[in-house]
Amino acid sequence: MIERAASSTESRRSKWSVKDFFLSKKVVPYVFVSPFIISFLLLFLYPLISGVVMSFQTILPGQTTFIGMSNYERIFNPTFFKALSNTTVYVILTTVILTILPMVLATMLNSKFVRFSNIFRASLFIPALTSTIVAGVVFRLMFGESESSLANTVVGFFGVEPLEWKFGAATGMFLMVLLCTWKWLGVNILYFMAGLANVPKELYEAAEMDGAGILNKFRHITLPMLKPITVYVVTITIIAGFRMYEESYVFWPEGSPGNIGLTIVGYIYQQGFRMNDLGFGAAIGVVLMLIIFIISILQLSLSGALKKGE
Amino acid sequence: MKKTSLYTMLFSMLLVLLAACGGGSGGGGGGSENSEGADKTEVIGSDSKDATELTFWTFQELHINLFEDAVTRWNEEFPDRPIKLKAEAYPYDNMHNNLLLALQSGKGAPDIADIELGRFPNYLQGEPQLLPMNEYVEPVRDEFIESRFDIYSKDGQNYGLPTHVGATVVFYNKEIMDKAGVDIDSIETWDDYVAAGKQVVEKTDAVMTTLETGDYWSYWPLIKQQGSDFFDENGKLTLANETNVKTLEFMHGLIHDEKIAEITPGGTHHEEEYYGFMNDGGAASVIMPMWYMGRFTDYMEDLKGKMVIRPMPKWTEDGNRSAGAGGTGTVVTNQTEHPDLAKEFLAYAKLSEEGNLALWEIMGFDPPRWTVWENPAIKEDNKYYQYFGTDIFDTLLSIKDEIDSIHITEKNPLVQEQLSTNVFNNVLRGESQSPEEALKEAEAAINSN
Repeated sequence: MIERAASSTESRRSKWSVKDFFLSKKVVPYVFVSPFIISFLLLFLYPLISGVVMSFQTILPGQTTFIGMSNYERIFNPTFFKALSNTTVYVILTTVILTILPMVLATMLNSKFVRFSNIFRASLFIPALTSTIVAGVVFRLMFGESESSLANTVVGFFGVEPLEWKFGAATGMFLMVLLCTWKWLGVNILYFMAGLANVPKELYEAAEMDGAGILNKFRHITLPMLKPITVYVVTITIIAGFRMYEESYVFWPEGSPGNIGLTIVGYIYQQGFRMNDLGFGAAIGVVLMLIIFIISILQLSLSGALKKGE
Repeated sequence: MKKTSLYTMLFSMLLVLLAACGGGSGGGGGGSENSEGADKTEVIGSDSKDATELTFWTFQELHINLFEDAVTRWNEEFPDRPIKLKAEAYPYDNMHNNLLLALQSGKGAPDIADIELGRFPNYLQGEPQLLPMNEYVEPVRDEFIESRFDIYSKDGQNYGLPTHVGATVVFYNKEIMDKAGVDIDSIETWDDYVAAGKQVVEKTDAVMTTLETGDYWSYWPLIKQQGSDFFDENGKLTLANETNVKTLEFMHGLIHDEKIAEITPGGTHHEEEYYGFMNDGGAASVIMPMWYMGRFTDYMEDLKGKMVIRPMPKWTEDGNRSAGAGGTGTVVTNQTEHPDLAKEFLAYAKLSEEGNLALWEIMGFDPPRWTVWENPAIKEDNKYYQYFGTDIFDTLLSIKDEIDSIHITEKNPLVQEQLSTNVFNNVLRGESQSPEEALKEAEAAINSN
């Protein structure tokens, strides 16, 4: 009896040993986190380290040499500052627009006074599924400089002369922000709607009892209750803004007039690939990483997200 | 059973995740969403098992036609060494970046590739990862416009085989010129050209010409014509020299003082906006290299039979009437497994007389082997003759000795970038800088890089 049991366990063990190994409580957690760990090591940590190393080199086929800090010494030139100021303006504009607008829209969509809110919700989300490049091509045609382009027809209706949209600093920035807003508005609305779903109805009812109007309810209930979502949306919008590249590339694939559309990532691309200066590109990348890191930490600590509990 | 499938699922998910990420990061460096995959892939040539497969990358899908023709002829001529060519066309930026990274990392490059002149210097930096073609170039060097080899060379090694001469000409819209009462053949100097332009603006709705701000084809040929360039023969930057400043002042004058020229709609002569503008008779002429012919036939169909090609106006009595501009060098990379075959085939495709005739017949390019310009076969009717009239090669032959070589250095991509982003926009469009200021500033920026 015992013998039989033992032999059967043994046979089961030999049959399932691999499975048993993965099922043991010590191994399973590692198996579950391994996709993240492996992708993190291969796709983030390794490129990060090699990028930092590259930023101290000139990289040419067969002639890769360490050149100390000289890539970094070249960074702070007028073109870099132009890229930095473009990016900063873009980040500020997109962050403000893409936080306030979706918050207001989400609140409106969530209220019982808006009919067909599901249709609005879906149609606002659809742009997020489009590729920026494809959408950008359409935008480029809409904002052509001829009198008959869609945008110029619209502004002409208000008595404005046809504009050269892609060639002015202000209009160029407008195009990039518009494209970004058009694309990400729906996603941010989704975030805020999810946040709104967690706001207890009782709070509103209580406020109504006390005679609070719509604005007061928004200011004193909705806004504070949405704070965690707002912090999240602001953070990802800032980071995405600093990493922005496609919105600029699609309007000016070969470089923008007077660098009005040059972003930091665009500058990395231009120097690293177009000018075959990978070391310099890597150095700009390291600087960009530091900028994003500092701003994120600042923003998170100012909004109190880094505090442990309340 | 359940658990096994769970694990299968888990691991396959992991694999998919890794594969997806790997694919994404290898897919183009720039990360633009349209960069995945080729615009056009074509497998040309023999299906037989002993056919050697070669891959070819290009940034211009029209160039595939040329190689299609060459492979067909090769396989007929050398049935014992058949070739199967896998030709892939990618977007300009994408192909150049991928090729650069492939050569840099030593993996993934094709056997043969097209490299555009504006980017070619990047591939000559360090130790070129390309194979020298000198053994094939040497025997025919005299029959070619030699400067076309020089621009793809380093330390006496010729790496790229030229695709065309790029002789710059003026494409006139005869209909508009006739309406204005200007005899095109009477335009000999730039003063004549300006005078004709005034007549055009006065008597028609069109402007005389358009000038690019997003590229340098309205500028480079003009300074080259006068013997100037961005660099001198020793590779020293001469961007802000007197001739270049004066030429830019002249361009500024055409737009803002004489008012006979406009800034090109869309910024360059390769934009949809411009094609539409020109096709509708917006400008009486355009100054571009010969290879621009194909854009007329493909994108501006309404102008068929109305355009004629003439040499550029001269700056001085005995000045040059043309200049070579642009180019594509086709190379064999050092990663090919069949170096001898690839080199021999490339030479066959681009150095032979037949190959050069094909450059004209198929592509509408002015072949770099000038001896074929006199070949009777080149007179055979094709779509370019039908579009532009039959005197194209008479024009070319008359300016053959007036096409100066351009000087290419490692810093050419920087010059192009400075001109097309800052200089032309600030001077011609925004008028925020004088030509001299803008060029000096660009020169300083290039030198400090």
